[in-house]
Amino acid sequence: MSDIKRYKTEPLKCWGKAKELRAKYYREYQEARSKGGICWSGGAEAIDVIPYAFGDDVHALTAEPYAAAIAFDPEFAHKCESALESKGWARDMCAYMRNYWGSVLIDEYAFGGPFPKPHFNLQSGFCCTHAKWFQVLSLWEDVPYFNIDIGTIPFWKEEHPNRLQYIVDQMQDSIEFIEKVTGRKCDDERLIEGVYNDSRTTSLWAKITELNQNTPAPLDEKSMYSLYVFTTLDRARKEFVDFYEELYAETKDRVERGIAALATERLRLMSDSQPPWAFLRVWRYLEQFGVVSTGSIYTIGLEGVWDIADDWSLTPREDLKSRGVELKTREDALRAMADWHMRRPIYAMFYNADWKSKLMVQYAKQWNCDAAMLHLNRGCEGTSLGIMENRTALIKAGLPVLTYEGNMGDDRDFDEGRTVARIDTFMESLGLNKLT
Amino acid sequence: MAEEKKEYWRWLESRWTNPNINWRQAKIITGGVDVGSVSTQAVIMADGDLYAFANMRTGSDSPNSARNAFNWALEGTGMAETDVKYTVGTGYGRVNVPMAKKAITEIACHARGANFMYGPTVRTVLDMGGQDCKAIRIDDKGKVESFLMNDKCAAGTGRGMEVFSDLLTISINDVGKMSMEVDVEPEPVSSTCVIFAKTEATGLLRQGWAKNKVLAAYCRAMAGRVNELLQRVGVVKDFAITGGIAKNIGVVSRLENLLGLKALTPRHDTQLAGAIGAALFAKGLLEKDLKK
Repeated sequence: MSDIKRYKTEPLKCWGKAKELRAKYYREYQEARSKGGICWSGGAEAIDVIPYAFGDDVHALTAEPYAAAIAFDPEFAHKCESALESKGWARDMCAYMRNYWGSVLIDEYAFGGPFPKPHFNLQSGFCCTHAKWFQVLSLWEDVPYFNIDIGTIPFWKEEHPNRLQYIVDQMQDSIEFIEKVTGRKCDDERLIEGVYNDSRTTSLWAKITELNQNTPAPLDEKSMYSLYVFTTLDRARKEFVDFYEELYAETKDRVERGIAALATERLRLMSDSQPPWAFLRVWRYLEQFGVVSTGSIYTIGLEGVWDIADDWSLTPREDLKSRGVELKTREDALRAMADWHMRRPIYAMFYNADWKSKLMVQYAKQWNCDAAMLHLNRGCEGTSLGIMENRTALIKAGLPVLTYEGNMGDDRDFDEGRTVARIDTFMESLGLNKLT
Repeated sequence: MAEEKKEYWRWLESRWTNPNINWRQAKIITGGVDVGSVSTQAVIMADGDLYAFANMRTGSDSPNSARNAFNWALEGTGMAETDVKYTVGTGYGRVNVPMAKKAITEIACHARGANFMYGPTVRTVLDMGGQDCKAIRIDDKGKVESFLMNDKCAAGTGRGMEVFSDLLTISINDVGKMSMEVDVEPEPVSSTCVIFAKTEATGLLRQGWAKNKVLAAYCRAMAGRVNELLQRVGVVKDFAITGGIAKNIGVVSRLENLLGLKALTPRHDTQLAGAIGAALFAKGLLEKDLKK
C-alpha cells in the first residue's frame, strides 16, 4: 500500500446545492397546478425551451430522469413494474417508460403524494420509444399531446437545410399547440433568453466533463450521474446555468490544485450506456481497486454539446452567445435551438454503431482511459444498439473491455454477485488487487 | 399408485481418491470448493497433486452443499478438515463456503484449473457450466488475459441440456452419443432461448422427428451458440473445454467442426477445473503465508 500514489481529495462544495436544486425541481412540478401555474411532461430530449417561453410558472417533469429516480428505489420501482405487467405490458420494453407508466397507473409520485397530472405532454422523438411513450400516456391521462419527430441524422455528421427546417416547422407548430392548450401567448423575448441559457447549460456540461481528461480525474462518474441531471431537467432555467458556472469553476479549481475524485486513482475507466441505477455502489466497488470511471459518451454527450471534427476528436461547443449568434426573432431562436441540439454525440448511439465506436475510441484516447466497462443494458435498446461492435472496436484499439448485463430501470435484470465476480476477474487480468 | 418419475437429467455424483498418494507424507494440503449453480465440487490437493475429489449436485443451501461435498471428498481418507491447511471457495456460491479462507472468482479458478488439467500450452478455455458459459483466454501460467460470459439465459449451458434430456426421456449421459447417430445433420433449433428451443423440439417430435435427430438439432444449436461466444473472445490454440458439457460428445464434436480445431483431452473430470484451480490458488496463498 505504501508505494501507491495518493492524491489529495475534497468533497465537492456544490454538492449540497445540486441536491437542493433537484428537490426543488420535482417539488415545483408537483405544486405548479395548485399554485395556478402550468405543469407539463415530456422526455429529457423534449425541447423544453418552448414551454419555458410561456412563463416562469411553467414547470416540467422530464420522463427519463424521473424514471431513473424510480429505479433508484427498487421497492417503488417493483410496484410500478408490477402494475404495468399486470395490465399485460411486456417486460422487454424501455425500462424508463415502464417505470414512468407504472407510476401513473398506481397514481403515486416518487417524491410523495399522488402522481401530478400534467396540463399537456410535449415530446421530441428520436428513439423508437419516445413518441409512443407519451401517446399512450396522453390517452390514459386524457391530456393533449404534441410530438416533434426528429427523423434526421445528427448534424455533426451531415448538415442539410431541409432537415433543419423539418424540425423548426414542428417547433413552430408546437408553439401554436401550447398557446391553444394553455390560453397563453408565447413570449418571444423569453424564448430567446431560454435558447441562450439552454446552449450555455449544455456547453458548460461539455466543458466540465472535458476537465476529466486530467489525471487525477477531478470528478468520478458516480457523482457525475447526479450532476449531469440538470441538463435533462429544464436546460433553459437560469438557475441551472448558474449552477453549472459554479460547478465549472470548482472543477477547474480542483484540476489546478490536483484534487482527485479518487485518492488512489491508478486505472482510468470509461463506461457506456445508462447505469443500473439501483446498483451505483458498483462504481464505489471499482474504487477499491484504485479504478476511477471518468465517464462515457453517454455521460458527456447525452446533453453535452460538442464539436465533432472529421477525425472524431471532441471539443466542447461554445454556447450561442460566445459564438456571436444573434437571435432576434422566434424563427432565429428555434432554428438555433434545433441546430444546437442536433449536435449531441448521443445521436451516434441511435443511428450508427460505427460512429459510436469511433467516438468511443476517441473518448478513450482523449480521456486517457486504460479500460472500458460496457453495460449490456436490457432497459434501453437505443443505447445498447451495436454495443458488442463497440466492444470489438475498443479491443482493436488496444483497450481491455468488460461487459456486464443489466438494466438501467429494472433491477431484476441485474445480478450483482455475478457482476462483482466479473469485475474481480477483470481486475485480476489487469493486474490489480484491492487496495482496501 | 403413481409411478415415480424418472429424472433423466440427473447425472451421477461421484467421489475419488488417488491411490498413488499418501497424504500423510505431503507437506502442503489444500482444498478447493466450487459451488456452482447446478453442481458442487470439492477437491483436496497434496503438494499440488490431485488427491481426492467429490462431485455432487448443489442444493438450495450453498454452505451446506460446500460442507457435504468437502466431507464426501475426505470420506475414507483418514484426513480431517483440520489437515487441510488452506481452502479457497469459488463458483457462484463462493462467498458461502464455510471452510474457505478466501473466495476467488470462478473465471480465474477455471483458467488456473485448465492450465493444470491440460498443461501450459492451453490458451483458450471454454467452460460450459450448469447455468453459464465462459470463453477465457489465458497465458502459460493459467492467468486470465480476457474473457466473455454468456448472460442470463440457459441456452448453451448444462441446464439447457438437462431440459432436453427430460423432454426426450433420454439419460443425460447418453444425450451426446445419441445425437451423433444421424446420417444427415438437421438444422439447429433456436439457440437464443431454452424455452423456445423446447417448444420447437416439441413441434419437431410431433412432426415425427426421431429423438436422436432432435438431439442433434439441439447439440448443433448449442455448439453454434458457444462458437459465437468463442469467436468474440478470439480462439487461439491450444483449446480446451471444462465443465459438464465437455463430456457431451454431441456438442464437443460439432463445436470442433465449427472451430476447425480439436479440443485437448483432459487428464481429469472436466467438472473439476474450478475446484482444482481454487485448490492451486490455496497452495500459493498458503506458501505465501508460511514465508511470512
